[in-house]
Amino acid sequence: MSGEVKKGYVRGLDIKNGRVDMSHGSGGRAMAQLIEELFAAAFDNEYLRQGNDGALLPLAAGRLVMATDAHVVSPLFFPGGDIGCLSVHGTINDVAVMGAKPLYLSASFILEEGFPLADLQRIVQSMAAAAREAGVPVVTGDTKVVEQGKADGVFISTTGVGVVTDGLDLSGANVLPGDAILLSGSIGDHGMAIMSRRENLSFDVPIESDTAALHGLIEAMLESGADIRCLRDPTRGGLATTLNEIARQSEVGLMINEEAIPVKPVVAAACEFLGLDPLYVANEGKLIAICNAADAGKLLEVMRAHPLAAGAAIIGSAHADPHHFVQMKTAFGGRRNVDWLAGEQLPRIC
Amino acid sequence: MKYIDEFRDGELAKNIVANILREAAGDKSYSFMEFCGGHTHAISRYGIADLLPANVRMVHGPGCPVCVLPIGRVDQAIRLALERNVIVCTYADTLRVPASDNLSLMRAKARGGDVRMIYSPQDALKIAREHPQREVVFFAIGFETTTPPTALIIKQAQAEGVTNFSVLCNHVLTPAAITHILQSPEVRQYGTVPLDGFIGPAHVSVVIGSQPYEHFAHEYRKPVVIAGFEPLDVLQAILMLIRQINDGRAEVENEFTRAVTREGNLKAQAMVSEVLELRRSFEWRGLGEVPYSALKIRPAYAQFDAEARYGIVYQPVADNKACECGAILRGVKKPQDCKVFGTVCTPENPLGSCMVSSEGACAAHYSYGRFKDVEVVSR
Repeated sequence: MSGEVKKGYVRGLDIKNGRVDMSHGSGGRAMAQLIEELFAAAFDNEYLRQGNDGALLPLAAGRLVMATDAHVVSPLFFPGGDIGCLSVHGTINDVAVMGAKPLYLSASFILEEGFPLADLQRIVQSMAAAAREAGVPVVTGDTKVVEQGKADGVFISTTGVGVVTDGLDLSGANVLPGDAILLSGSIGDHGMAIMSRRENLSFDVPIESDTAALHGLIEAMLESGADIRCLRDPTRGGLATTLNEIARQSEVGLMINEEAIPVKPVVAAACEFLGLDPLYVANEGKLIAICNAADAGKLLEVMRAHPLAAGAAIIGSAHADPHHFVQMKTAFGGRRNVDWLAGEQLPRIC
Repeated sequence: MKYIDEFRDGELAKNIVANILREAAGDKSYSFMEFCGGHTHAISRYGIADLLPANVRMVHGPGCPVCVLPIGRVDQAIRLALERNVIVCTYADTLRVPASDNLSLMRAKARGGDVRMIYSPQDALKIAREHPQREVVFFAIGFETTTPPTALIIKQAQAEGVTNFSVLCNHVLTPAAITHILQSPEVRQYGTVPLDGFIGPAHVSVVIGSQPYEHFAHEYRKPVVIAGFEPLDVLQAILMLIRQINDGRAEVENEFTRAVTREGNLKAQAMVSEVLELRRSFEWRGLGEVPYSALKIRPAYAQFDAEARYGIVYQPVADNKACECGAILRGVKKPQDCKVFGTVCTPENPLGSCMVSSEGACAAHYSYGRFKDVEVVSR
């Protein structure tokens, strides 16, 4: 008599009505079942199938890029996406803006006891679909369960690795006076999509998150041969904060032109209503590119030809400034500082 | 954005600026106080001061709700959260106002206090309904703009019979503050704060109307122009003030006719006076005790008055000695005159209240205008 329980006697996960309980994180059979029927079924790939404690991966030539990102967004489901696809896009983008080709992802889940399995499956399937579409498999993972009230549904932490070819060095420290600043499209979409669904603040506006994996766009930009100094995705803290990071790293001043910065009218209106500045609102599918000014036109053309950057624009330039200020020419005809974000504008945005 | 973009039009601004340059051409100098933080913010954010000639000077006023909130009042809310296990609900900027013991409501939250940011008093009442076993206090602050919603929520709580909800009322009054500034020795005796006129509040005036300012125009011979918060509103108001001075007039004029009437919102005024009454005196940060300058909850609604409910007695607390918020709020000093501005005191770690809100004079200058200070230094 074998030790295996007969197939027909094992009850499958009750995805429809079931909930996460403490046994799903205990390391026992319930956890194995959750992993097998929910996670492995969705993420299935040859590396995950190895079934060991770690994934054994082939190494490509070049240098490794590694990035990690924790996701605690609230609400978990929002217009244009959910925490699942967001956790894939966010990490792929962090790897890709280094100029690397993203290869593999890891994912770890912190689940709150009582979380509906149906919601978990929806999130995992969205994550798997995003990974498949991006061509970047989730090759290893982990699941933990904490008592009710100790987390908020689900937190997802992802790590990505990629390879960057030798000779390509993109860095926020590379910017030189005279360089041009390009932006791939309208700002503030993700943050305002989240805000529009906040429990205490629902308003009915058709704003969708821009969450997207940008490595395809970046590949096209790198292939254009333009002399790119730096790529960044302006997530938390928005465009303003990312530009301040670059100005400090490169020890230059940046001047942007308010009229050149694309903001969708519905996002501008929602920001106005809530007293927010779109410059500080998070994006999840946009990038800033800073390049040699001579190549700005060429790079802009390549960006605009890609569906994820059809609204790209040249928004400003770098100059020498010992104070490393980011400044803006206002549409009104004045000039002002664009400072770091102070305090917390929108908590738990990603 | 319709009804917004029209008031941020750079081309129209050029026309108004040209008129200002022409009509303020003499050797006369003009000093105007914008009372409201909303105007301070617009002036800094759109770089309006850069567009004005050197003889037209703007003086920042005290009309920033969180700036004038004294430490002792914030302490009360913090104690409710930390010592009485109360859920304290308040507007965002209030969370960051520095209080005693190096605390703020935000820091009290990190120490385990249940402090929640809300957008509307309705949210606070909702939280009370959802947590019947907890006590919920709405820490109400602000000028006449935010007062009617507070009065409304108290009435609503009474109508619904909500018993675990009360309001810590700190609403203050604009006309009392303007009177206080006009009677201050800096303005009346020493002339250290030259004041030729006021840009009157926008949203406050929607509620109280333009009539309450007529007293200042007549009694103190100071022109008042009520203006909206958009940059073109501010420029137009400055031009109207210059014209009044040049004509020797001192009147209340209304630039913000799209929202403000002489009488204001009578319904809102009636509701406020039904639920709230004048305090004999109230301490303002910067201005000190100002008679009849704030509101408290009427005895008929005492069950919703957190001060009565928790037996709270006001304890004044002195400001940090290095902080110049007091002088800045009275228009005596500029943010750059303060030794700790931008060094010890920054928006990340505000020492004084003027560095907290984007409507505060220090935060507005730090966030939007400080490139001007260092350019002068590095020249």
